[in-house]
Amino acid sequence: MLRLEGLKKRYKTGDYALQGVDLEIPDGQVIALIGPSGAGKSTLIRCVNRLVEPTEGKVYLGDLELTTLSSSKLRKARRRMGMIFQEYALVERLTVMENVLSGRLGYVGFWASCFRKFPKKDIQEAYRLLDRVGLMHMADKRADELSGGQRQRVGICRALIQDPDLLLVDEPTASLDPKTSRQIMRLINELCKERGLAAIINIHDVLLAQMYSQRVVGLKLGEIVYDGKPDGLNPAVLTNIYGEEDWEATIEEVDEDELVEDEVEEATV
Amino acid sequence: MSVAEPDFPSSWKKPPFIKSPLLRWSIIIGSAIYLALAFGTMDVDWERAAEGLPRGKRFLAAFFPPNFSDNLGVMWDGIFESIWMAIISTVAGIALSIPIGLGAARNLAPKWVYLVCRSIIGGSRTFPEIILAIFAVKLFGFGPFAGFVALSIGTIGFYAKLLAEDIENINPTQAEAIKATGSSWPQWINYAIQPQVMPRMIGLSVYRLDINFRESAVVGIVGGGGIGATLNTAFERYEFDTAAAILLIIIGIVMALEYTSGYLRKWVQ
Repeated sequence: MLRLEGLKKRYKTGDYALQGVDLEIPDGQVIALIGPSGAGKSTLIRCVNRLVEPTEGKVYLGDLELTTLSSSKLRKARRRMGMIFQEYALVERLTVMENVLSGRLGYVGFWASCFRKFPKKDIQEAYRLLDRVGLMHMADKRADELSGGQRQRVGICRALIQDPDLLLVDEPTASLDPKTSRQIMRLINELCKERGLAAIINIHDVLLAQMYSQRVVGLKLGEIVYDGKPDGLNPAVLTNIYGEEDWEATIEEVDEDELVEDEVEEATV
Repeated sequence: MSVAEPDFPSSWKKPPFIKSPLLRWSIIIGSAIYLALAFGTMDVDWERAAEGLPRGKRFLAAFFPPNFSDNLGVMWDGIFESIWMAIISTVAGIALSIPIGLGAARNLAPKWVYLVCRSIIGGSRTFPEIILAIFAVKLFGFGPFAGFVALSIGTIGFYAKLLAEDIENINPTQAEAIKATGSSWPQWINYAIQPQVMPRMIGLSVYRLDINFRESAVVGIVGGGGIGATLNTAFERYEFDTAAAILLIIIGIVMALEYTSGYLRKWVQ
């Protein structure tokens, strides 16, 4: 379970990116975090694993308070939080396998990682995950040889091999085409279900947010302005989050037939 | 009836780089005046230039044919000493450059480490190799050791600076992703930084080897041993044919290194 209490972040320029966010995410819940650019979505998830240091407030992962941890304890806590990035953030000149195994860095010593001597079960798990996302045959390819969707799958493997309790997902589909976006979102969703993971998914696409989450949180200027069921998003709510616009087309009910069709199509790919 | 279109301007000019016309014109006119004065005060003595030409012709004639045979033993000793000096000063210089370069990258090191490392680099860059060699000869006496010390220090100023700048230009999200796995600092350097800077660093080390070989000819002239010492002796004894042979060998080796470094850089991309 993740709990944020009065989380604030002020950047050096004096602007508040987050102004007191309270949020509680039970185990195994997948939430979508929506909001306009600059609302503080990225800052929020980076404050959780302290890639960005929060200015004020507390973050609890289970019973562990994260904001006051020393750097060595923080490293241990980071192992429990897998992160997936917008531009995949794979180390491009390393192989796919090295990228996946880098998720185990928090568990192995420096020399073992330096000579790429990872424990046998880590290597097995890496292969199992690559097989799960259909990239077994790519293990020895360099990461920059992969397509966008494939790279994001490797990014997912890297996050999952950490054996996390929580996934922090920052705009996973922002650089992907609509179909690949759906496949990636579905994959993240399935994997969360399989492993009982909680996840915070930052996403711009309201429709995807509705399709693949159990709860939607709307952030505006560093404050939560909506927190509820995906189908509770109506034009009034979206206007409150993003501003005035014609929202009817965006929140059209997802056509079930279309979804099934998509599923079948993917199975044949 | 059509709506009357507003009268749009039909000409457009790129805005000038320097906005203030006063500043712009004073810089342009000022530089023109300075250049005119500078050329005007340069004392070109055409008579002396004319006298120099036939002397150059005689000089050049004395170079031919290059004599590889008479002083072969001494020449090879000089060449090998220079190659040895170039290789070990490159290796030692780079070994010292890596920690200094890491410390001089603003995105890795805390402010005080950054300042210390930057001043080491600055100090080493202040003096050209020939001046470093004069110091080293005064400290350690004549011979290749002085040359080795001078070239190693020169290498630090070059390599650590370029390494630091390359590290400052890395893709920060790849580094963020590795940090988020709970890696330790050395693991982070090994997985996130090293793969990103490696190709350029390999290219630069071959380039530096090439520079160190050429510089070894220069430091030799002030007493730093190597082919420079041999070349200097040849000139002092008016053995221009031997000097020509030495110069040709230097050109050959530098070209070989140039070709190798180009090839290596392409290969490691």
